[in-house]
Amino acid sequence: MKTVFKIAWRNVWRNKLRSLTVILSMILGLWSGLFTVSMMLGLNDQRMDSAIDSYLSHIQIHHPSFTENYDLEHTISDYDSLSFFLKEEKSVKSFSSRTIISAMASTAHGSAGVRLIGIDPEVEKEITTVHKSMVKGTYFNSIKSKPAIIGKKLAVKLKLDLKKKIYLTFVDTDGNQQRIKLKIEGVFKTASSLFDRTNIYMKQQDLQKILHNSSAVHEIGIICKNLDVVDNTVDSINSKFKKNKAESWSKIAPELGYAQEIMGSVIYIFMGIILIALSFGIINTMLMAVLERKKELGMLMSVGLNKRKVFYMIVFETIFISLVAAPIGILLSYLLISYFGIHGIDLSVVGEGLEEFGIGTRIYTKLSLNNYWNISILTLIVTFLSSLIPARRALKLNPAEAVRAL
Amino acid sequence: MNVIETTKLFKTYSQGDIQVNALNDVSINFEQGEFTAIVGPSGSGKTTFLNAIGGLDTPDSGKVIINNTDITQLKSNQLIDFRLRNIGFVFQAYNLIPVLTAKENVEFIMLMQGETAKSRKSRTEELLNAVGLKEQINRKPGQLSGGQQQRVAVARALASKPQFVLADEPTANLDSTSTSNLLDIMFRLNQEEKMTFIFSTHDQRVIDRAKRIITLEDGKVISDVIQ
Ligand SMILES: Nc1ncnc2c1ncn2[C@@H]1O[C@H](COP(=O)(O)OP(=O)(O)O)[C@@H](O)[C@H]1O
Ligand SMILES: [Mg+2]
Repeated sequence: MKTVFKIAWRNVWRNKLRSLTVILSMILGLWSGLFTVSMMLGLNDQRMDSAIDSYLSHIQIHHPSFTENYDLEHTISDYDSLSFFLKEEKSVKSFSSRTIISAMASTAHGSAGVRLIGIDPEVEKEITTVHKSMVKGTYFNSIKSKPAIIGKKLAVKLKLDLKKKIYLTFVDTDGNQQRIKLKIEGVFKTASSLFDRTNIYMKQQDLQKILHNSSAVHEIGIICKNLDVVDNTVDSINSKFKKNKAESWSKIAPELGYAQEIMGSVIYIFMGIILIALSFGIINTMLMAVLERKKELGMLMSVGLNKRKVFYMIVFETIFISLVAAPIGILLSYLLISYFGIHGIDLSVVGEGLEEFGIGTRIYTKLSLNNYWNISILTLIVTFLSSLIPARRALKLNPAEAVRAL
Repeated sequence: MNVIETTKLFKTYSQGDIQVNALNDVSINFEQGEFTAIVGPSGSGKTTFLNAIGGLDTPDSGKVIINNTDITQLKSNQLIDFRLRNIGFVFQAYNLIPVLTAKENVEFIMLMQGETAKSRKSRTEELLNAVGLKEQINRKPGQLSGGQQQRVAVARALASKPQFVLADEPTANLDSTSTSNLLDIMFRLNQEEKMTFIFSTHDQRVIDRAKRIITLEDGKVISDVIQ
């Protein structure tokens, strides 16, 4: 069997040009495939991370009906004991309470439906990254009276600038229309322009005063120690505080959670398609090699190489080709993916579109060791399966016929 | 003692509507130590006959008995093994594995027979020496002349210590010097090692060297003389 190995290995290099063509196409296929996959994964991760960082947080707690129509009266129950529990709970890193109303913002230049979010500016820093996303002005530290910070898209739409006033109207619990006047202190820009177009932050105290309810809290945003404990934490909150409803980020934004889940299989479907395409090249090349060596294989069978060994010889030769190509392709992918995983790929040319989508203009490629490992195995399996066709063809050769053609 | 006994071999090929009798009632016996040429014009059935006694092809009817075994009854995998252990082959061309050196080509057969490394090595050297290729043992077939390749093929055929060696037109692609060279070597191995050689040819110089000459025509034996 060792000799069969040796012959197979040397046969790979017999027609160098042909083998190198197959090897090169495998390298390129794996390389481009893995790189594309790593971009998709990176993109998805960033979309998820930026959504979590800029507005989603890991867990949100609401009154069970609050998210249906943002009803002012649907506040969180047992806020004090809930906040005590969250402070004690080990899996919770930090949390922030918010008071939220929907309102109509208007200026001389137009109007827009917005969400007015009352926050405690210092506490909110622990939960979301709005304070880091300021593009103009400051984050709640210069204007004393009813400051607000607004998203950039909204500022552009309503032609608002720093220190300008903005009027917001909403309907209070008694059914009366109320008007709030806020002063713009800063403009933020998160990765999601949809979020930037619809949200205004103000101080929670100011909003609670306007609502005449100093304890009105509609939302609690929680950041956990890590993503893995999120689901358990949700369950324990829900079991203890049945009047409220806690939901994980993947429930609140199901499209993100779902994307995360299917991304796992998309990699393999995508790579599977590339590998199948490559396998046609392998099969074709090896069939040519077998037919070209008809006489030689006939001679080998004549002098006593049994069918099993002839079969293995072709299988080994095919596998050797991929054993040369796969490590190179995977190593190159690894280098490229690691590089762009740190430095990112600048996509500012198409950046506008991506921002709508909830990601920055830089993509950081990403692929786990597990993925590399599985793709290597998948490559070997596909190569092995491709080798069966030429190997079976070799078995059909009849030594007498092959020798007669000499 | 007979090494090979053939009785009433028939083989018909159909080429379109025409039936060709490649072997038409052939019964020939071969003894230990023969040096026999199968001659006859092209298409007379020489290859068909050699393939039948070499177990590469089965006749339509008749028996081929080697070592008390009727090889026409063996299954294809048994036949491969039988060939490996009992028959040495030299073909007209494509005898060697191009990616192996002369030495490795000769060793290959013994490897498959499961010989030990030590006995493989000494026999390989001995055989390549005997065919006059001591200097070329590490060359690959592409680096050898046609005559040298055929000599390696003879060494390879003998490596497995077969009962007999079958050679189908072994000199067809060789010039006259290489031809007589190869025949000298085969003849010497026949004399010294008592190896049985059965070869087909239509080269008169080769025919002259044979001890027994069997002539075929249209699949029939028309003469069988010992000179
Ligand atoms: N596979 C085949 N199919 C059809 N006819 C064949 C086949 N092999 C041999 N023949 C015919 O059988 C006859 C004998 O062929 P062969 O044994 O090769 O003769 P030789 O070796 O003496 O030239 C020829 O007429 C040849 O055309
Ligand atoms: Mg012939």
